[in-house]
Amino acid sequence: MQLVWLVPLLPLLGFVLNGTIALTRPQAKTAVSLIGPGVLLAAFGVALAVVKDLAAAHPGAPAVFTYWDWIPVGALHISAALQVDPLSSVMILIVTGVGSLIHIFSVGYMRSDEGYARFFAYLNLFVFFMLVLVLGASFPVMFVGWEGVGLCSYLLIGFWFDVTANADAGKKAFVMNRIGDFGFLAAMFLIFQATGSLDFTSVFSAAPSTFAPGSGTVTAITLFLFLGCAGKSAQIPLYTWLPDAMAGPTPVSALIHAATMVTAGVYLVARANLLFALAPVSSAVVAGVGALTALFAATIALKQWDIKKVLAYSTVSQLGYMFVGVGTGAYAAGVFHLATHAFFKALLFLGSGSVIHAMHAAYHHTHAHDDAQDMRNMGGLRKYLPWTWALMWIATLAISGIPPFAGFFSKDEILGAAFARGATQPIWYVFWAFGLIAAVLTAFYMTRMMLYTFHGPNRTGDKEREHLHEAPWVMTGPLVVLGILSLAGGALNLPALVGGNSWLEHWLSPVTAGSASLLPAAEVSQSTEWTLIAVAVAIALIGIIGAIQLLKPAALVPARQAPAEQGFGKVLANKWYVDELYDAVVVKPLGWLSRVVLWRGVDQGVIDGAGVNGSAAVSRALGWVGSKLQTGEVGFYVVLFVVGVALVLRAAIR
Amino acid sequence: MLLGPSLAVAAVLFVIGVLGVLIRRNAIIIFMCVELMLNAVNLTFIAFAQSLGVGGQIFVFFVMAVAAAEAAVGLAIVLAIYRHKETVDLRNINILKG
Repeated sequence: MQLVWLVPLLPLLGFVLNGTIALTRPQAKTAVSLIGPGVLLAAFGVALAVVKDLAAAHPGAPAVFTYWDWIPVGALHISAALQVDPLSSVMILIVTGVGSLIHIFSVGYMRSDEGYARFFAYLNLFVFFMLVLVLGASFPVMFVGWEGVGLCSYLLIGFWFDVTANADAGKKAFVMNRIGDFGFLAAMFLIFQATGSLDFTSVFSAAPSTFAPGSGTVTAITLFLFLGCAGKSAQIPLYTWLPDAMAGPTPVSALIHAATMVTAGVYLVARANLLFALAPVSSAVVAGVGALTALFAATIALKQWDIKKVLAYSTVSQLGYMFVGVGTGAYAAGVFHLATHAFFKALLFLGSGSVIHAMHAAYHHTHAHDDAQDMRNMGGLRKYLPWTWALMWIATLAISGIPPFAGFFSKDEILGAAFARGATQPIWYVFWAFGLIAAVLTAFYMTRMMLYTFHGPNRTGDKEREHLHEAPWVMTGPLVVLGILSLAGGALNLPALVGGNSWLEHWLSPVTAGSASLLPAAEVSQSTEWTLIAVAVAIALIGIIGAIQLLKPAALVPARQAPAEQGFGKVLANKWYVDELYDAVVVKPLGWLSRVVLWRGVDQGVIDGAGVNGSAAVSRALGWVGSKLQTGEVGFYVVLFVVGVALVLRAAIR
Repeated sequence: MLLGPSLAVAAVLFVIGVLGVLIRRNAIIIFMCVELMLNAVNLTFIAFAQSLGVGGQIFVFFVMAVAAAEAAVGLAIVLAIYRHKETVDLRNINILKG
């Protein structure tokens, strides 16, 4: 366990090496291919050893490793310290494990890109910051990681920055995350004011005696924390950056915008579970926003044509589920869904990457300029990409919640927990219903994506069709591993109902022990649980079968000839016009304020006018008055001189 | 010895000098009035030197030396102005106004 510092340091080393190569020898691709995934695999190995040590010890208290005194200011002492406990161990395994697979995939996917070394440098840097985020032993250390992943997200969304839209998408993500970061900072200030510390250990040990349950302070702290989560994890109202973030390369979408970074908010709530358990109102807000986001994003995903946009809204929706879980107090269930989602969503994104890779290569061969990501240009790809097809179906069944795939267990656990909470607080029945409707929609839009991409006739074009081919093994290999994980990931936390022992829940129990006693007991009978499972499976099947029955891939036409959407479909295709709404309500007024008030009014009027030109005019006027004193008459000077001497003398004598 | 009368004479001389500078317009007369003030101060120094020690007398020599130098420079300036403008009336010499 002593070697835990190696886990974040290895990716940092990779960043330094790859960054050097990117600056000096951008064409040295072999070295980059070895270093980039190599450091990740090594970090994964170290992480495994660390977690094995932790499993052997399994102490109640987290193991904190302090390295140096980072910010000593008065009473505030923040050490650069890492913390190994069950929660962070789960996270480092996901980050390094799934991260390694995505790095290996990127070797194939980004092979022909100009910025190959730069890409891996950013990707390694991202993993470093993500590990700092999950391993940090205090809020500020976590915040360093929190900001760092935001930076890497910005760099990687705008990786192809020669297209303005990509750079804009990066900027949008950065700005929206700043809103969330304000919440995180405000929460930190309040925590320090209340408890006098920012270390996880001391804050959480002081919390039960400092905060009365449901008191205003702890509610404010947790709401501010959740604002940070909403920014980072793309929840309403700050979710709009995530779909735009798909402008980045697909492995980035898989790693940052599906598997790891966007789940940081869920991790933060799970980490601060004691604070959230002390603030029932905030927990209800978390669950409510999560449920609403799950449903809202799922409706938008129904009408997207860009394969990555479907997955992006699906990610927003699934993150909503996780927040329902952690908001309900089922912290283990939330983290469980985080883990399984990392598996199947990474698989879906990498699979879509494989599809886009094939489409792009085909269009590249024939010099066509069609959209390689538009599903209307795909269809029938099953014949050309059999591996991708099979693995993506596994992921689709997993995300739809079909047993025994991973997503079924985690989603069912969250919905079950929400339903059980409804017995004491009926509002949770609403959240549960939202989750259930979102589950139908999830099954529906995922099946829609699979049907339009892989089934029916091919719409790519006659010339292009010959060039469609399966991706190389370096890309399909990681897909296979993720496929196995999506298939079997449910084993992490098999409920007792089906003969499991809820391993993950027991594993996380030291972290959630403090909050468990604060939450209302929510148990449902076994028969109810079976009913819930039956309902969930039925719902998922309705979604899948409904999609197969309703949608006609054969009737689709390529994107160029496609008619415009009509009626309600148009509203969904335009994402409920939320971007337009934000533009009208926030961006335009802010632009007006900046232009008319701040620029013309404050800058040109006050600062330039009164400040710069005004002081010049005043000194000029004073100079003019002074020059009038200089009459050139010696007599006048002498009079002034004598009067002056007389005054000085009078002052001196008195 | 005779401190009071000496100071009174010095004060009278000084006031005459000040008034002369203030009232007269002729540069030479103003100049002489300045000398008058200097010598009034010298008289004060001498008067006090009797009771306070020799320092005052030494100062007088300094003042006389400086006054001699000043007289040389001042008269030279007045002469130059006269050559230039054919007058030493200060009302006509006001080119240094702002």
